[in-house]
This record gives sequence, structure tokens and C-alpha cells, in this order.
Amino acid sequence: MHIARNWRIKKQRYSLHGEICHHCGAHVFPPRDVCPECAKPAYDPAQLSGLGEVYSFTTVYNAPEGFQTQAPYPLALIKLEEGPMLTAQLTDVDPDRVEIGMEVEMVTRKLSVEGDEGLINYGYKFRPRMAA
Amino acid sequence: MTPNPERNNSLLLQPSRPVGIVGYGVYIPRYRLPATEVSKQWTGGAGGVPIKEKAVPGLDEDTATIAIEAARNALARAGLAGRDLRAIWVGSESHPYAVKPTSTIVAEAIDAVPLLQAGDWEFACKAGTEAIIAAVGLVGSGMADYAMGIGADTAQGRPGDALEYTAAAGGAALIIGPAHEALARFEGSLSYVTDTPDFWRRPGAEYPSHGMRFTGDPAYFEHVVTAGRLLMEQMNRTAADYRYVILHQPNVKFPSRAAKMLGFKPEQVETGLLSGVIGNTYSGASLVGLTAVLDEAQPGDRILVVSFGSGAGSDAISLEVTEKIEERRHLAPTTKQYIDRRVVIDYATYLRFRGKIKMK
Repeated sequence: MHIARNWRIKKQRYSLHGEICHHCGAHVFPPRDVCPECAKPAYDPAQLSGLGEVYSFTTVYNAPEGFQTQAPYPLALIKLEEGPMLTAQLTDVDPDRVEIGMEVEMVTRKLSVEGDEGLINYGYKFRPRMAA
Repeated sequence: MTPNPERNNSLLLQPSRPVGIVGYGVYIPRYRLPATEVSKQWTGGAGGVPIKEKAVPGLDEDTATIAIEAARNALARAGLAGRDLRAIWVGSESHPYAVKPTSTIVAEAIDAVPLLQAGDWEFACKAGTEAIIAAVGLVGSGMADYAMGIGADTAQGRPGDALEYTAAAGGAALIIGPAHEALARFEGSLSYVTDTPDFWRRPGAEYPSHGMRFTGDPAYFEHVVTAGRLLMEQMNRTAADYRYVILHQPNVKFPSRAAKMLGFKPEQVETGLLSGVIGNTYSGASLVGLTAVLDEAQPGDRILVVSFGSGAGSDAISLEVTEKIEERRHLAPTTKQYIDRRVVIDYATYLRFRGKIKMK
């Protein structure tokens, strides 16, 4: 059980709340104390669009605890349109259909479930983009 | 239609401040279980099936995730931010937690927290429209400018039961706001509720029970047809005054027959009758049908929605589409887009997705 930890990062997990550095203008995700681009201790909250593309990917067969029931599942490095790169599960896609450069969008899904009586943890995943 | 203060004895619910739907959004999971997959297991493939296929949630989906995506789509169409909402009410009979609100998860995910009303509603398949009518009251009283009602479910069907063919997943969110901003004006509603035990699930029970044929005449038809008929009578309308009708859709047969009893023709029914291709989305059902109609409706079209929830009751809602529909409907994926991104699964995959395979 990581109640406090999951609660603390719910904003970034549920809806990609990041930061924008007011020194160099870089978008930052996940939020942190120091800008990874200019190393200055400056940041403001910023909502990321959730749009990006697959930079690289793999398929997870031997999943960690809490994720076993979902295996096999695709896991990818996502390059967001605003610049940051993050690791996330892909969803609503067959693993053999994933390719580098595939345009994806963020959705909020169940990440893991703590047994029959514990918490359900929600967070971002990415799926092939649907046109609005 | 403007509220008439002389009609205090009216059976209609009409707010003192005119309101309407300012944004709508839908979500339907991509997986489809053909009804023939169910009949193959339990009847040897013999006999008819009530629908073609139903929508099944993926391993990482539940009522909260369905509600979140529908809510985001509704905000996109309304051009609003989460913080503009003063209430988020989620109607479902499959809330992920028995105790812990779905509505706060949705509110957090769409950045509506912390200054708002939030709560979960339960009235079998009528919980969504009940939440919508509460939102009409909140906005119509002037206490709020925008309130969101959601109907969403990942319905349960006991393996081998008649409901296994149809119990599906999906949901829709409506944002109620001032009428002058609405893409569809709320004209009035009428609700009809009795204690009728046609379908139920006790705490801790994994699957619901139902009264078999009792679910028809005394439950579905009595409530849907009476609520729809009384609403039209109270508004001095007939079926001919409406371009579209959407009735709660546990299958295809019930809403088709009830619509006919109310005087509607098949062409008024077909746009919003989706149960044949996505199944019964329970609290979502009539609202998802409404989103499909709003995707096509023209300014001036009138829409009648009648929900049904077991236990039992119906909410009949009359709407009139405005010219704002044209500029908003393309701001989020359409209901047809969600229906068309279908991936057919077999019965074994369905058992796995729905957690029916016990690992320990």
C-alpha cells in the first residue's frame, strides 16, 4: 500500500500535470524541483496536451506485481508534443500493431489493483489517436 | 418553452431559469462480444440472440475510466474547463468501489476539484438521467452555471444468464448550463417511479437477479410508456412533434415495441437505438443513444429521451436542439467513431477481461 505516494502524484498520473520552466521555457514532466534543460530551480504548473508519438517500445511478458493479469502488454517511451519523454503503457492497441512514430494520445485508465480489498490506482496510458 | 408560473400543478419538472445541454460526451470501449459467442457456450448455438454484439471493457477500464473520457469529451464540446463545473454526479450500478466515490476520481481527472458538489447515484439503469435532472435543478435554480451528470456502467451478467448476451459497458456525460448557451434546450421532464422488483443485486453479490418475464410489462413497459405518454400529454405534444426518440434499451425488442406504443415510427427510433451493436450500457444506455442523436440532429429538432431503471422508474426528458449544435458536435469524437473502432473478442477473452477466471 502506497496511499500517500499515489495520492501525492495523482495530478500528474490522472491528467499529465507537468511544469513549464520560466527561465528557459521548457516543459517538464514529471514535475520536479530543477529544470532538466537549464538546471535552474524554477518552474510553474502547466497542463500537457497528452498528444505525442511512440519513440520506442517493447512488449512486457514478465510483468511486475500488480500488473501480471494484464501481460502481455506494450510499454513505450512516449515523446510528448511539448518535448518531455515519458514511459507509459499503451492501451487499446494490439502489441503487433505498435510502431515507432505512431501518434498517440493520453487516456486515464486503471494502472493496477491492490488485490480484492485494496485501492485501484488510476493513471495515464496512451492509445492510438482518435480524430475529434 | 418558457416556464409558466400558473402551472404549479403540472406534473412536469421545469426550472425557473431556462437551461439546456451545453456539452455532451460519450465513451464506448473498443471490444465487442458477439452474441453468438454466448449462445455457442450455453445453447449450442441454437435459438435466437437478442442483439448482434455488446461492448466489453478492457482490462484497464471501469466505470470511472469510462466516465472520465466521456466527461473530457463533454468539456471539449462545451468549451469549458473542469473548474467551471459546480457539480459532478455519476450514475452507475457498477461503481468501482462500494464505498469511495467515482465522482471524485472523475472530478480530479478533469481538474474540477475542489470546490464542487460530487456524489454517486444508483438507480439501476436510471441513475444517469436522475443525475442529469438533479443538474437541471441545480442550474435551473440559479445556484450554479454548469453541472455535469454522467451515466456509465460496466454491467455484470451471470454466465449463462439471458443478461450475459446484453450486459455491456459505456457511458455518456452531459453538461447542463444556461439555455442561451445550450446546444439543446431542456423543455421539461417527467418521472414515474414505483417499487417494482424486476431486477436487483444485493450487497456483495457478484451478479444481479431478475424476474425473467416480469421485467417486461409491469416494469419496463409500464414505466417507459407511462412516463413518455404523460410527458407528451403535459406538453400538449404527440410523437409527431419529435424528430427523434431514445428509450432505455436493454435489447432491441423492448424499445422498438415501446416506441410503437407511444406512436413513434421506426425512423424516429433508429438513430438512437444502439443496443443491437453495443448492448445494454445500463446507466449509460439512453444517454449514449442521445449522444448519437445529437451527433446528427439539426437545429429545431425535438428529442424525447425516456430512461428506465429497474426497481423501478423512468425519467422522460424533452429537448429542443439549437443552432449551437453545428459548431460543437465536431469538437470531440462522435458516438459512431467509438462504435466503429470495434475489435471482436471470443468468449474466453471475454471471461478474462471481465475477471471471471479465478487465479487463486
